[in-house]
Amino acid sequence: MSLTAEQQSFLPALRRFRRSHEFWLLVVVIVFCIGLGLATDSFLTLQNLFDLLTSNAFVGILAAGLLVVLVAGGIDISFTATASVAQYVALTFALRYGLGWFAIFAIAALVGIACGLINAIFITKLRISSIIVSIATLNIFYGLLIFFSGGKYITSLPKYFRDGVWWFEYDDANGVPYALNLQILVLALVFLCTWLLLNRTNVGRQIYAMGGNKDAAQRLGFQVFRLNCLVYGYLGLIAGIASLVQAQLAQSVTPTVLVGKELDVLAAVVLGGASLTGGVGTIFGTVLGVALLAILQNGLVLVGVSSYWSQLFVGLIILVAVSITAWSERRRRKAKAIN
Amino acid sequence: MPNFLDLHGISKRFGGVHALRDVDMSLEVGEVHCLVGENGSGKSTLIKIISGVQRPEPGARIVIEGREYSHLDPIQSTGCGIQVIYQDLSLFPNLTVAENIAVGRHLGAPHLVKWSAIHETAQAAMARIDVALDPFAKVEDLSIASRQLVAICRAMAADARLVIMDEPTASLTRHEVDALLRLVADLKKKDICILFVSHRLDEVLEVAERVTVLRDGAKVGDFNAREMDDKKLAMLMTGKAFAYETGDADFSARDIVLSVRNLTRPGHYADVSLDIHAGEILGLTGLLGSGRTEFALSLFGMNPPASGEIRLAGKALALKTNSQAIDEGIAYVSEDRLTLGLVLEQPISANILITILDKLTDGLGLIKEATRRSVAQRGIDDLAIKAPNPDNPVKTLSGGNQQRVVLAKWMATKPRLLILDSPTVGVDIAAKDGIYEIVKTLAANGVAVLLISDEIPEVFYHADRVLIMRQGRIVGECRPHSSSEAELRDAVNA
Repeated sequence: MSLTAEQQSFLPALRRFRRSHEFWLLVVVIVFCIGLGLATDSFLTLQNLFDLLTSNAFVGILAAGLLVVLVAGGIDISFTATASVAQYVALTFALRYGLGWFAIFAIAALVGIACGLINAIFITKLRISSIIVSIATLNIFYGLLIFFSGGKYITSLPKYFRDGVWWFEYDDANGVPYALNLQILVLALVFLCTWLLLNRTNVGRQIYAMGGNKDAAQRLGFQVFRLNCLVYGYLGLIAGIASLVQAQLAQSVTPTVLVGKELDVLAAVVLGGASLTGGVGTIFGTVLGVALLAILQNGLVLVGVSSYWSQLFVGLIILVAVSITAWSERRRRKAKAIN
Repeated sequence: MPNFLDLHGISKRFGGVHALRDVDMSLEVGEVHCLVGENGSGKSTLIKIISGVQRPEPGARIVIEGREYSHLDPIQSTGCGIQVIYQDLSLFPNLTVAENIAVGRHLGAPHLVKWSAIHETAQAAMARIDVALDPFAKVEDLSIASRQLVAICRAMAADARLVIMDEPTASLTRHEVDALLRLVADLKKKDICILFVSHRLDEVLEVAERVTVLRDGAKVGDFNAREMDDKKLAMLMTGKAFAYETGDADFSARDIVLSVRNLTRPGHYADVSLDIHAGEILGLTGLLGSGRTEFALSLFGMNPPASGEIRLAGKALALKTNSQAIDEGIAYVSEDRLTLGLVLEQPISANILITILDKLTDGLGLIKEATRRSVAQRGIDDLAIKAPNPDNPVKTLSGGNQQRVVLAKWMATKPRLLILDSPTVGVDIAAKDGIYEIVKTLAANGVAVLLISDEIPEVFYHADRVLIMRQGRIVGECRPHSSSEAELRDAVNA
């Protein structure tokens, strides 16, 4: 039987996928899911998966934003401070002026974009390394927030915000309700938008190109400053939106609770195959990276491993996954060199 | 044929320095033209003016197909169909072949990516010059030669009328260069002009029609390529004559410094035996992939052989690391001086001393400043490195002087065997001449030299004996004095 044209281009694509980091990550995630499903009664329940998705949405949303920065060849660790500032400002205004959904998202987004642009300006105009700039701005944003807020919580949030989103409710046999909540909704939207940005827009492809070879991008006439503004601004925007998702889940705003999570997000994105040297990384890989870390932490709790061990295992998984990719890449290159 | 490009009165000053002085040049439609000159002669400045990256001084006239400009900007230049392929190729290693070729589609409207259009553009560009590459392959997985094809396809996709190639043959093997030259002949038939910018001369002369020579920013003249050979060009470029003669000294009575017997490493090379006597320069040539570099690395302890014997001054060596090789008196100047040979950001003096730091220390293991300075200065003087200050970073030096720093670094170890792997890649003819002089002086002082190169004239004129390597084996020996360059070339390409 002869193959249609579509099948002919599909088969090599499948072969390329089998060699990719994402393929191995997918295998590991599936193995983990099957293993945990067999080892525990509770892992593969709707209840657990729903909770898993809801509680990891914050990290997942940020991971999508950080991916874009890594692909562009930069790095930013200030986004947790950005998020803290954005949620504090947005919800303080909401309480004082009685603002609604649209207004608080707009405020959080604008605060986030502003913080991102500050990073972009220092990184591109003064050519300071992005890690240094973002360490500095992390401290500045966070320091200002702690000074002006005095570290005080906001617990009495507007009622509509506390209720959140609860669409398409569904009750299971035991009467436990599920629905499309704010966390899952925003998570899905952000992944979709980031995928569109990176794969379906000219600027997205320019971001990949710039991450791969900045000099060549400049020679072709790419506007590096504009691209950096877009990239860091996008992460800022995502951080602003993520901050509201987190505040809604926590039902409070705590200025001190987010800073410190930036390395978890970075770990998930790098585990998903993004390169710290730029130009490499996919949204699918990032989804898997976030999923693997979430499943691992959840699974350890379910099989009764003390939560004290959790960090050790997270570290090991990252090391093993990254080593396997590096090792298989080395072998592939060696095989090529001999041929 | 009408002219595609006419340049009149192009000058360029940087501060007080004249990079270009009143240069005229013309390119006919479909012409293959060479622009040659030493490093610093103004070649790159002239290209940058054509590509719109730099502005000439007022008074210049640039005429492209009848339209006159006082200067160009990059957008106008590409709009006129001028495409520059830089030496580094300016590709995106992380993207696919197709996307690299069609990357121009990512600029401007429409703002959404249409992948089918990207692939159509890429296929059309590849079809125009009869190139078949996997459009889905990532550029980082391609050989240098294939990457160059991608860069040329990209120029095609941008509807190039003039393709400027900066040092296109510098990192290609002879075989790949031939393929490139065939491609150039094809482009010519399609009325596309090619401007080669090169200081590797013999190859481009085969396909070029005219040659423009620059020296110190001024045009020496336009010459018919048929009447040129690389000696005449070298003379025009430098104002000096370079005539080499083959050596006919016999070293067989001198002590054997290096003796290799039946050295084998499966997949790399097999059954290699050779002797080098004190004061002798032994050439080793062969196509890329013939195993010559792998063999050289084995002598230097970095690619241990599976079987066979290496003796240095009679002593059997079982080298496992390069530091053992250095201790035994073996020095290695690598093919890729920029990535393997030097720490570019570090001072010249530190680079020279890096191999002998442990010999410069006092009782406490600290480095003595006075010794450091005097040893570094001796290296700079011995090799006549043109450097205003030994503490300047190596990257501030020209290519030829960088190469001398590599040599100085190894001479500081006082080696018995010096391995030179393609020592003149990327340096111009005058700097090459300097390097040959140094190597001959070293040999005259009793150092045994293994000179590895795929440039036939290099081994023919500068080695006392030449071994030919093919598919990992030594397949022949040639004594330049009783042979001819053509015979050696045929033996290598057989």
